[in-house]
Amino acid sequence: MKELSKAYFIAKKDLSAYYLKPPLISWGLMLPIAFALAFYFRHPSGIKEVVPGIIGLTLLFSCTSMAAIVITFEKRIGAMERLLLAPLNFRTILLGKTLGSTLFGLMVAVLISLILIPLMGLHIKHFWAFVSIYILSGLTFSLLGILISVGVKEVFEAMTMSNFFRFPMIFLCGVFFPVSEMPFPLPVLSYLLPLTYSVDGLKHSVLGDNATIPLYLDVFILVGFMFSLFSLSLFIFKKRIRQEL
Amino acid sequence: MDNIIQVRELTKFYGNNPAVDHISFDIKEGEIFGFLGPNGAGKTTTIRILAGLSQPSFGFALVNGHDVLKEPLKVKKTIGFVPETSNLYGELTSFKNLNYHAELYGVPKRERRTRSLNLLKEFNLIEHQEKPFQTLSRGFKRRLTIATALVHDPKILFLDEPTTGLDVMSARDLRKLIKNLKKKGVTIFLTTHYIPEAESLCDRIAVIVKGKIRVMDTPENIKAQVKDTEILEIALDQVTEEIKNQLSSVKGFEALVISDNQIRIHTKRIDQIILPVIEILKQGAQIKTINTVTPTLEDAFVKITGLDSDIMKINKPEKASV
Repeated sequence: MKELSKAYFIAKKDLSAYYLKPPLISWGLMLPIAFALAFYFRHPSGIKEVVPGIIGLTLLFSCTSMAAIVITFEKRIGAMERLLLAPLNFRTILLGKTLGSTLFGLMVAVLISLILIPLMGLHIKHFWAFVSIYILSGLTFSLLGILISVGVKEVFEAMTMSNFFRFPMIFLCGVFFPVSEMPFPLPVLSYLLPLTYSVDGLKHSVLGDNATIPLYLDVFILVGFMFSLFSLSLFIFKKRIRQEL
Repeated sequence: MDNIIQVRELTKFYGNNPAVDHISFDIKEGEIFGFLGPNGAGKTTTIRILAGLSQPSFGFALVNGHDVLKEPLKVKKTIGFVPETSNLYGELTSFKNLNYHAELYGVPKRERRTRSLNLLKEFNLIEHQEKPFQTLSRGFKRRLTIATALVHDPKILFLDEPTTGLDVMSARDLRKLIKNLKKKGVTIFLTTHYIPEAESLCDRIAVIVKGKIRVMDTPENIKAQVKDTEILEIALDQVTEEIKNQLSSVKGFEALVISDNQIRIHTKRIDQIILPVIEILKQGAQIKTINTVTPTLEDAFVKITGLDSDIMKINKPEKASV
């Protein structure tokens, strides 16, 4: 419990120091709105189909935006040392960093959902499924950002690496084009990426049947991604810090 | 007094180079203990190991009864650490920085605000409590960094080069604060390359050079090592290479230190060396003043380490601060 409360304090500080800043909030909001408008002008009648995808994309971009650089940045300016000096274990530090990024991502995605879902005449059909997929996706994407952040040495490397993962996901994970209709071998790649299960789960909760994977499987796989990414990030974080100190 | 820190055969290698080389020492509860040495001597490496930030290659250390390798979290709970660079969070205000650290160190919620405000008052920062850390002057940043290290009421405070980069007044104020902390019973382990700072602040000093402790004692006892030595201090209009060469061949010197246009000769036989020295100097320079002076800690440092005391004046390259 003490570990969780300390992780919460780290998250609260990160939100205050890094996340809740106009450039990051506006970037988090502008990107999905731009995507929605671009799709709407091209194909107005199909916009409802892509709303879950755009919400998933919002979660991906807002959760990874700062998570991917936060640890690298703090190591560079010496602030990470403050956390390492405090009576905190490596797990608590990573948990705090993940939590801050997830809370920010969820906040932006909720704002986008509040705009897009009523605007497109949609409503949430399975509320708890929606909430579960939201939270699991937020944690998974934040951990993807954290994995990048612990694995690189420079901030610019983190940004390059996060775009390397994020941009292919826009096209491969069923945001605008269903995975089931993609030519082989693209679906193989799609099923290796967490956004696929996030978008599919959101489609279950918002569009009802218009999804390809059973909801329980979306949840199960996202949980798997979450634990795998956390374990891998923790392993690399410990190793890197011990090498660097 | 009990030993609050015990270090035995502590060694740290970076590659094949020993940064700290089999050092052993004890620090008594309530004392100010100083590590004095030039940059690269192993001072920072030692206190980083003791603070649980780095792992030794060999040896062990107990801090407040806890093994730094086996119980790092217990060690961290009882210490405060002030790194050489003031590295608090630039975006957060002075108060928020203190409060955040109180949260991380598990200070009960009802006490966090009071402790933070008390520290701001004690360190004369109360007027700056709402200012972001990045807007504070270097002296205030340093004070706040020390205040932050005390927010959880640690028994031991590690200070890495506490006054480096500060102006004279800020450094003096900070030394007063450090002395006040000792009065409150905080054990202080500081590193410094300023000899007068070590002399004025520390109860005991360990002189460390190239990872090894050369001498460890009170400043008075260290100075006593040169009590039989007299120092001839001569100011000249210039010091030529010819003069340097000729002086180095004179017998009876314990040490010869030349800085700018001043020569300091350490000797036990001043009556025997003074005439040959003056003869040499008169040939190549104009003598402005000649004095005999009482040996200082700096002179003892020169004698013990064989190093020129000027080496202590070289600062490390500055790191980016937040």
